[in-house]
Amino acid sequence: MNTSLPPVEAAPTGPDAPPPGAAPTAPAKVPMAELFITFLIIGATSFGGGVVAYLRNALVLQKGWLDEERFLSALEISQALPGLNATNMAIIVGDRLRGVVGSVVAFLGITLPGATLVMVLGVLYASNAKNPYVNAALIGVGAAAVGMLTAVTFQIGRKQFGKWIDVAIILVTVTLINYLHVSLIWVLLTVGPVAVFIYRPSQLEPPSVPPKQETVP
Amino acid sequence: MNLQENLTVLGVFSLLSVLAVGGGAAVLPETKALVVDTHHWLTDDQFRDIYGLGQVVPGPNMLMVMVIGYHVSGYFGALLAYLGFFVPAGLISWGASRIWDHFEGSPWRRSLQEGLAPLVVGLMAAGTISIARTAIDGATTVAIAIAVFLGVRFVKKVNPAIFVLGGGVVGFLTLS
Repeated sequence: MNTSLPPVEAAPTGPDAPPPGAAPTAPAKVPMAELFITFLIIGATSFGGGVVAYLRNALVLQKGWLDEERFLSALEISQALPGLNATNMAIIVGDRLRGVVGSVVAFLGITLPGATLVMVLGVLYASNAKNPYVNAALIGVGAAAVGMLTAVTFQIGRKQFGKWIDVAIILVTVTLINYLHVSLIWVLLTVGPVAVFIYRPSQLEPPSVPPKQETVP
Repeated sequence: MNLQENLTVLGVFSLLSVLAVGGGAAVLPETKALVVDTHHWLTDDQFRDIYGLGQVVPGPNMLMVMVIGYHVSGYFGALLAYLGFFVPAGLISWGASRIWDHFEGSPWRRSLQEGLAPLVVGLMAAGTISIARTAIDGATTVAIAIAVFLGVRFVKKVNPAIFVLGGGVVGFLTLS
Protein backbone atom coordinates (compact mmCIF):
# COMPACT_ATOMS: atom_id res chain seq x y z
CA MET A 1 0.00 0.00 0.00
CA ASN A 2 1.84 3.03 -1.16
CA THR A 3 -1.18 5.17 -1.94
CA SER A 4 -1.49 6.63 1.53
CA LEU A 5 0.08 9.97 0.70
CA PRO A 6 -1.65 12.85 2.44
CA PRO A 7 -4.09 14.30 -0.12
CA VAL A 8 -2.83 17.82 0.48
CA GLU A 9 0.46 16.85 -1.12
CA ALA A 10 -1.33 16.09 -4.34
CA ALA A 11 -2.41 19.68 -4.81
CA PRO A 12 -2.25 20.45 -8.53
CA THR A 13 0.30 23.19 -7.98
CA GLY A 14 3.00 20.49 -7.72
CA PRO A 15 5.06 21.04 -10.85
CA ASP A 16 4.50 24.77 -10.89
CA ALA A 17 5.27 25.29 -7.23
CA PRO A 18 7.88 27.98 -6.73
CA PRO A 19 11.32 26.76 -5.70
CA PRO A 20 12.16 26.96 -2.00
CA GLY A 21 13.08 30.44 -0.96
CA ALA A 22 11.07 32.01 -3.75
CA ALA A 23 9.44 35.38 -3.30
CA PRO A 24 7.26 35.34 -0.18
CA THR A 25 4.64 37.41 -1.94
CA ALA A 26 2.90 34.27 -3.24
CA PRO A 27 3.33 31.66 -0.54
CA ALA A 28 2.62 28.11 -1.64
CA LYS A 29 0.20 26.12 0.47
CA VAL A 30 2.24 24.48 3.19
CA PRO A 31 1.57 20.71 3.33
CA MET A 32 -0.05 19.63 6.61
CA ALA A 33 2.51 16.88 7.16
CA GLU A 34 5.36 19.35 6.81
CA LEU A 35 3.62 21.79 9.16
CA PHE A 36 3.25 19.03 11.76
CA ILE A 37 6.82 17.77 11.43
CA THR A 38 8.28 21.27 11.64
CA PHE A 39 6.44 22.07 14.87
CA LEU A 40 7.19 18.58 16.20
CA ILE A 41 10.91 19.23 15.73
CA ILE A 42 10.65 22.63 17.45
CA GLY A 43 8.74 20.95 20.28
CA ALA A 44 11.40 18.28 20.63
CA THR A 45 14.45 20.54 20.54
CA SER A 46 13.54 23.82 22.27
CA PHE A 47 14.44 24.19 25.91
CA GLY A 48 14.42 26.75 28.65
CA GLY A 49 12.15 29.49 27.43
CA GLY A 50 14.21 30.07 24.31
CA VAL A 51 11.44 28.86 22.04
CA VAL A 52 11.07 32.18 20.21
CA ALA A 53 14.58 31.85 18.79
CA TYR A 54 13.82 28.30 17.61
CA LEU A 55 10.53 29.40 16.02
CA ARG A 56 12.14 32.29 14.19
CA ASN A 57 14.95 30.10 12.97
CA ALA A 58 12.61 27.42 11.63
CA LEU A 59 9.69 29.49 10.31
CA VAL A 60 11.43 32.59 8.99
CA LEU A 61 14.98 31.55 8.15
CA GLN A 62 14.71 27.88 7.15
CA LYS A 63 11.19 27.46 5.76
CA GLY A 64 10.46 31.02 4.73
CA TRP A 65 6.79 30.53 5.64
CA LEU A 66 6.62 33.96 7.24
CA ASP A 67 8.57 37.11 6.67
CA GLU A 68 10.17 38.92 9.59
CA GLU A 69 7.27 41.36 9.89
CA ARG A 70 4.54 38.73 10.00
CA PHE A 71 6.55 36.73 12.51
CA LEU A 72 6.87 39.75 14.80
CA SER A 73 3.18 40.56 14.54
CA ALA A 74 2.32 36.98 15.58
CA LEU A 75 4.82 37.25 18.44
CA GLU A 76 3.31 40.56 19.53
CA ILE A 77 -0.10 38.90 19.91
CA SER A 78 1.36 35.85 21.68
CA GLN A 79 3.10 38.04 24.22
CA ALA A 80 0.29 40.49 24.91
CA LEU A 81 -2.31 37.78 25.50
CA PRO A 82 -2.55 34.97 28.03
CA GLY A 83 -0.84 31.66 27.40
CA LEU A 84 2.64 30.46 26.56
CA ASN A 85 4.48 32.02 23.64
CA ALA A 86 5.27 28.61 22.22
CA THR A 87 1.71 27.31 21.99
CA ASN A 88 0.15 30.65 21.09
CA MET A 89 2.67 31.08 18.26
CA ALA A 90 1.95 27.56 17.00
CA ILE A 91 -1.79 28.30 16.96
CA ILE A 92 -1.46 31.69 15.25
CA VAL A 93 1.11 30.58 12.67
CA GLY A 94 -0.78 27.35 11.98
CA ASP A 95 -3.95 29.36 11.41
CA ARG A 96 -2.24 31.83 9.08
CA LEU A 97 -0.71 29.02 7.03
CA ARG A 98 -3.52 26.45 6.91
CA GLY A 99 -6.53 27.77 8.83
CA VAL A 100 -8.14 26.15 11.88
CA VAL A 101 -6.89 22.63 11.12
CA GLY A 102 -3.41 24.05 10.66
CA SER A 103 -3.47 25.61 14.11
CA VAL A 104 -4.57 22.31 15.70
CA VAL A 105 -1.84 20.43 13.82
CA ALA A 106 0.86 22.94 14.79
CA PHE A 107 -0.29 22.96 18.42
CA LEU A 108 -0.24 19.15 18.65
CA GLY A 109 3.18 19.09 16.99
CA ILE A 110 4.83 21.53 19.37
CA THR A 111 3.37 19.94 22.52
CA LEU A 112 3.53 16.23 21.68
CA PRO A 113 7.22 15.46 22.38
CA GLY A 114 7.30 17.29 25.71
CA ALA A 115 3.88 15.99 26.76
CA THR A 116 4.89 12.38 26.10
CA LEU A 117 8.19 12.74 27.91
CA VAL A 118 6.78 14.62 30.91
CA MET A 119 4.11 11.93 31.33
CA VAL A 120 6.71 9.14 31.23
CA LEU A 121 8.77 10.99 33.85
CA GLY A 122 5.64 11.85 35.86
CA VAL A 123 4.48 8.23 36.04
CA LEU A 124 8.00 7.10 37.00
CA TYR A 125 8.12 9.83 39.62
CA ALA A 126 4.76 8.82 41.08
CA SER A 127 6.04 5.27 41.65
CA ASN A 128 9.45 6.39 42.96
CA ALA A 129 8.43 9.40 45.02
CA LYS A 130 10.16 8.04 48.14
CA ASN A 131 13.40 7.09 46.39
CA PRO A 132 16.21 9.21 47.94
CA TYR A 133 18.20 9.29 44.67
CA VAL A 134 15.23 10.57 42.70
CA ASN A 135 14.53 13.18 45.35
CA ALA A 136 18.15 14.34 45.44
CA ALA A 137 18.29 14.70 41.66
CA LEU A 138 15.00 16.64 41.59
CA ILE A 139 16.17 18.96 44.39
CA GLY A 140 19.19 19.71 42.18
CA VAL A 141 16.96 20.30 39.15
CA GLY A 142 14.68 22.59 41.19
CA ALA A 143 17.64 24.67 42.35
CA ALA A 144 18.96 24.81 38.78
CA ALA A 145 15.53 25.96 37.56
CA VAL A 146 15.72 28.90 39.97
CA GLY A 147 19.06 29.91 38.46
CA MET A 148 17.72 29.55 34.94
CA LEU A 149 14.50 31.47 35.63
CA THR A 150 16.54 34.29 37.18
CA ALA A 151 18.76 34.47 34.10
CA VAL A 152 15.76 34.40 31.73
CA THR A 153 13.97 37.11 33.76
CA PHE A 154 17.02 39.38 33.50
CA GLN A 155 17.40 38.62 29.81
CA ILE A 156 13.77 39.37 28.96
CA GLY A 157 13.67 42.39 31.27
CA ARG A 158 17.01 43.93 30.32
CA LYS A 159 15.28 47.04 28.91
CA GLN A 160 12.81 47.33 31.80
CA PHE A 161 15.42 47.04 34.55
CA GLY A 162 17.01 50.22 33.22
CA LYS A 163 13.92 52.46 33.61
CA TRP A 164 12.80 53.59 37.06
CA ILE A 165 9.10 53.55 36.22
CA ASP A 166 9.37 49.96 34.98
CA VAL A 167 11.41 48.94 38.03
CA ALA A 168 8.62 50.43 40.18
CA ILE A 169 5.98 48.37 38.33
CA ILE A 170 8.13 45.23 38.74
CA LEU A 171 8.58 45.84 42.48
CA VAL A 172 4.87 46.53 43.03
CA THR A 173 3.98 43.31 41.17
CA VAL A 174 6.45 41.19 43.16
CA THR A 175 5.33 42.72 46.47
CA LEU A 176 1.65 42.14 45.74
CA ILE A 177 2.14 38.52 44.68
CA ASN A 178 4.98 37.20 46.86
CA TYR A 179 4.58 39.24 50.03
CA LEU A 180 0.94 40.33 50.21
CA HIS A 181 -0.34 37.17 48.45
CA VAL A 182 -2.79 39.09 46.32
CA SER A 183 -4.47 36.83 43.77
CA LEU A 184 -3.05 37.10 40.25
CA ILE A 185 -6.40 38.11 38.78
CA TRP A 186 -6.49 41.26 40.97
CA VAL A 187 -2.88 42.08 40.16
CA LEU A 188 -3.65 41.87 36.44
CA LEU A 189 -6.83 43.95 36.81
CA THR A 190 -5.16 46.70 38.86
CA VAL A 191 -1.49 46.91 37.82
CA GLY A 192 -2.29 46.14 34.15
CA PRO A 193 -4.54 49.14 33.39
CA VAL A 194 -2.33 51.48 35.45
CA ALA A 195 0.78 50.35 33.54
CA VAL A 196 -0.94 50.75 30.17
CA PHE A 197 -2.22 54.18 31.27
CA ILE A 198 1.31 55.23 32.23
CA TYR A 199 2.28 54.38 28.65
CA ARG A 200 -0.85 55.91 27.09
CA PRO A 201 -0.33 57.11 23.52
CA SER A 202 0.22 60.75 24.48
CA GLN A 203 3.09 59.68 26.74
CA LEU A 204 4.85 57.56 24.12
CA GLU A 205 7.88 58.85 22.35
CA PRO A 206 7.24 58.98 18.64
CA PRO A 207 8.12 55.65 17.03
CA SER A 208 11.62 55.44 15.72
CA VAL A 209 10.92 56.03 12.05
CA PRO A 210 13.90 57.31 10.15
CA PRO A 211 13.51 61.06 9.93
CA LYS A 212 12.22 62.03 6.51
CA GLN A 213 13.53 65.36 5.49
CA GLU A 214 10.84 66.25 3.03
CA THR A 215 11.25 69.97 2.86
CA VAL A 216 9.30 71.99 0.40
CA PRO A 217 11.07 71.91 -2.91
CA MET B 1 -12.15 9.25 39.41
CA ASN B 2 -15.24 11.21 40.20
CA LEU B 3 -16.80 13.83 38.02
CA GLN B 4 -16.53 16.60 40.59
CA GLU B 5 -12.77 16.23 40.84
CA ASN B 6 -12.30 16.11 37.06
CA LEU B 7 -14.37 19.26 36.62
CA THR B 8 -12.26 20.97 39.27
CA VAL B 9 -9.05 20.04 37.42
CA LEU B 10 -10.46 21.40 34.17
CA GLY B 11 -11.70 24.56 35.91
CA VAL B 12 -8.47 25.28 37.79
CA PHE B 13 -6.25 24.92 34.72
CA SER B 14 -8.63 26.86 32.49
CA LEU B 15 -8.55 29.72 34.99
CA LEU B 16 -4.73 29.58 35.07
CA SER B 17 -4.74 29.53 31.28
CA VAL B 18 -6.55 32.84 30.89
CA LEU B 19 -4.49 34.39 33.71
CA ALA B 20 -1.16 33.37 32.16
CA VAL B 21 -0.32 36.81 30.76
CA GLY B 22 3.41 36.69 30.19
CA GLY B 23 3.71 32.92 30.01
CA GLY B 24 4.38 30.05 32.37
CA ALA B 25 6.62 31.61 34.99
CA ALA B 26 4.12 34.43 35.48
CA VAL B 27 1.40 32.05 36.58
CA LEU B 28 3.57 29.87 38.84
CA PRO B 29 2.72 31.47 42.21
CA GLU B 30 -1.00 31.21 41.43
CA THR B 31 -0.58 27.60 40.24
CA LYS B 32 1.18 26.72 43.47
CA ALA B 33 -1.42 28.52 45.59
CA LEU B 34 -4.30 26.67 43.91
CA VAL B 35 -2.67 23.25 43.62
CA VAL B 36 -0.95 23.11 47.03
CA ASP B 37 -2.82 25.47 49.37
CA THR B 38 -6.38 25.54 48.05
CA HIS B 39 -6.94 22.03 46.70
CA HIS B 40 -4.19 20.05 48.50
CA TRP B 41 -3.49 18.01 45.38
CA LEU B 42 0.27 18.09 46.06
CA THR B 43 2.62 18.91 48.90
CA ASP B 44 5.13 21.75 48.62
CA ASP B 45 7.93 19.29 47.87
CA GLN B 46 5.93 17.36 45.27
CA PHE B 47 5.16 20.65 43.53
CA ARG B 48 8.86 21.51 43.44
CA ASP B 49 9.72 18.04 42.11
CA ILE B 50 7.07 18.13 39.38
CA TYR B 51 8.11 21.62 38.40
CA GLY B 52 11.63 20.20 38.06
CA LEU B 53 10.36 17.41 35.79
CA GLY B 54 8.82 20.06 33.56
CA GLN B 55 12.17 21.78 33.24
CA VAL B 56 14.01 18.79 31.82
CA VAL B 57 11.57 18.06 29.01
CA PRO B 58 11.60 20.00 25.74
CA GLY B 59 8.85 22.21 24.40
CA PRO B 60 6.46 24.55 26.21
CA ASN B 61 7.61 24.72 29.83
CA MET B 62 4.25 24.27 31.55
CA LEU B 63 3.54 20.76 30.25
CA MET B 64 4.14 19.72 33.86
CA VAL B 65 0.49 20.62 34.51
CA MET B 66 -0.25 17.19 33.01
CA VAL B 67 1.63 15.49 35.84
CA ILE B 68 -0.41 17.49 38.35
CA GLY B 69 -3.60 16.34 36.62
CA TYR B 70 -2.28 12.78 36.68
CA HIS B 71 -1.80 12.97 40.45
CA VAL B 72 -5.42 14.04 40.90
CA SER B 73 -7.20 11.60 38.61
CA GLY B 74 -4.84 9.55 36.48
CA TYR B 75 -4.37 9.79 32.72
CA PHE B 76 -7.77 11.41 32.21
CA GLY B 77 -6.79 14.09 34.71
CA ALA B 78 -3.56 14.64 32.77
CA LEU B 79 -5.54 15.13 29.56
CA LEU B 80 -7.94 17.57 31.24
CA ALA B 81 -5.05 19.60 32.69
CA TYR B 82 -3.42 19.74 29.22
CA LEU B 83 -6.62 20.88 27.50
CA GLY B 84 -7.54 23.22 30.34
CA PHE B 85 -4.18 24.92 30.44
CA PHE B 86 -3.56 25.33 26.71
CA VAL B 87 -6.91 25.57 24.93
CA PRO B 88 -8.57 28.68 26.49
CA ALA B 89 -5.49 30.88 26.02
CA GLY B 90 -4.99 29.36 22.57
CA LEU B 91 -8.54 30.27 21.55
CA ILE B 92 -8.04 33.85 22.74
CA SER B 93 -4.82 34.19 20.73
CA TRP B 94 -6.43 32.58 17.71
CA GLY B 95 -9.36 35.00 17.80
CA ALA B 96 -7.13 37.99 18.47
CA SER B 97 -4.82 37.13 15.61
CA ARG B 98 -7.77 37.24 13.23
CA ILE B 99 -8.87 40.71 14.35
CA TRP B 100 -5.49 42.13 15.41
CA ASP B 101 -4.67 43.59 12.03
CA HIS B 102 -7.75 45.80 12.23
CA PHE B 103 -5.96 47.69 14.98
CA GLU B 104 -2.84 48.14 12.87
CA GLY B 105 -2.81 51.91 13.22
CA SER B 106 -3.99 52.15 16.83
CA PRO B 107 -1.44 53.87 19.06
CA TRP B 108 -2.87 51.87 21.99
CA ARG B 109 -1.25 48.75 20.57
CA ARG B 110 2.12 50.14 21.52
CA SER B 111 0.81 51.40 24.86
CA LEU B 112 -0.36 47.86 25.61
CA GLN B 113 3.03 46.39 24.76
CA GLU B 114 5.09 48.99 26.61
CA GLY B 115 2.83 48.90 29.67
CA LEU B 116 2.54 45.13 29.90
CA ALA B 117 6.28 44.51 29.48
CA PRO B 118 7.28 45.53 33.05
CA LEU B 119 4.22 43.75 34.47
CA VAL B 120 5.29 40.55 32.70
CA VAL B 121 8.86 40.91 34.00
CA GLY B 122 7.45 41.47 37.50
CA LEU B 123 5.30 38.33 37.17
CA MET B 124 8.32 36.32 36.03
CA ALA B 125 10.33 37.59 39.00
CA ALA B 126 7.42 36.65 41.29
CA GLY B 127 7.36 33.16 39.76
CA THR B 128 11.09 32.77 40.33
CA ILE B 129 10.79 33.86 43.97
CA SER B 130 7.87 31.50 44.50
CA ILE B 131 9.84 28.48 43.22
CA ALA B 132 12.97 29.60 45.10
CA ARG B 133 11.08 29.50 48.40
CA THR B 134 10.74 25.72 48.17
CA ALA B 135 13.70 24.89 45.94
CA ILE B 136 16.43 26.82 47.75
CA ASP B 137 17.26 25.09 51.01
CA GLY B 138 20.87 24.87 52.12
CA ALA B 139 24.28 25.70 50.67
CA THR B 140 24.27 23.11 47.87
CA THR B 141 21.05 24.41 46.33
CA VAL B 142 22.30 28.01 46.56
CA ALA B 143 25.53 26.99 44.81
CA ILE B 144 23.65 25.12 42.06
CA ALA B 145 21.30 28.06 41.45
CA ILE B 146 24.16 30.58 41.22
CA ALA B 147 26.21 28.33 38.94
CA VAL B 148 23.26 27.77 36.57
CA PHE B 149 22.42 31.48 36.60
CA LEU B 150 25.98 32.36 35.57
CA GLY B 151 26.05 29.56 32.99
CA VAL B 152 22.79 30.53 31.29
CA ARG B 153 23.63 34.22 31.43
CA PHE B 154 27.17 34.13 30.14
CA VAL B 155 27.75 30.87 28.25
CA LYS B 156 25.53 31.48 25.25
CA LYS B 157 26.56 28.51 23.15
CA VAL B 158 25.29 25.86 25.56
CA ASN B 159 21.65 24.81 25.61
CA PRO B 160 20.17 25.87 29.00
CA ALA B 161 18.76 22.35 29.40
CA ILE B 162 22.31 21.06 29.86
CA PHE B 163 22.75 23.30 32.90
CA VAL B 164 19.43 22.21 34.36
CA LEU B 165 20.31 18.54 33.90
CA GLY B 166 23.73 19.29 35.37
CA GLY B 167 21.98 20.63 38.47
CA GLY B 168 20.15 17.30 38.71
CA VAL B 169 23.42 15.37 38.46
CA VAL B 170 25.07 17.54 41.13
CA GLY B 171 22.04 17.05 43.37
CA PHE B 172 22.11 13.31 42.79
CA LEU B 173 25.83 13.10 43.66
CA THR B 174 25.88 15.38 46.68
CA LEU B 175 22.44 15.23 48.31
CA SER B 176 21.49 11.56 48.22
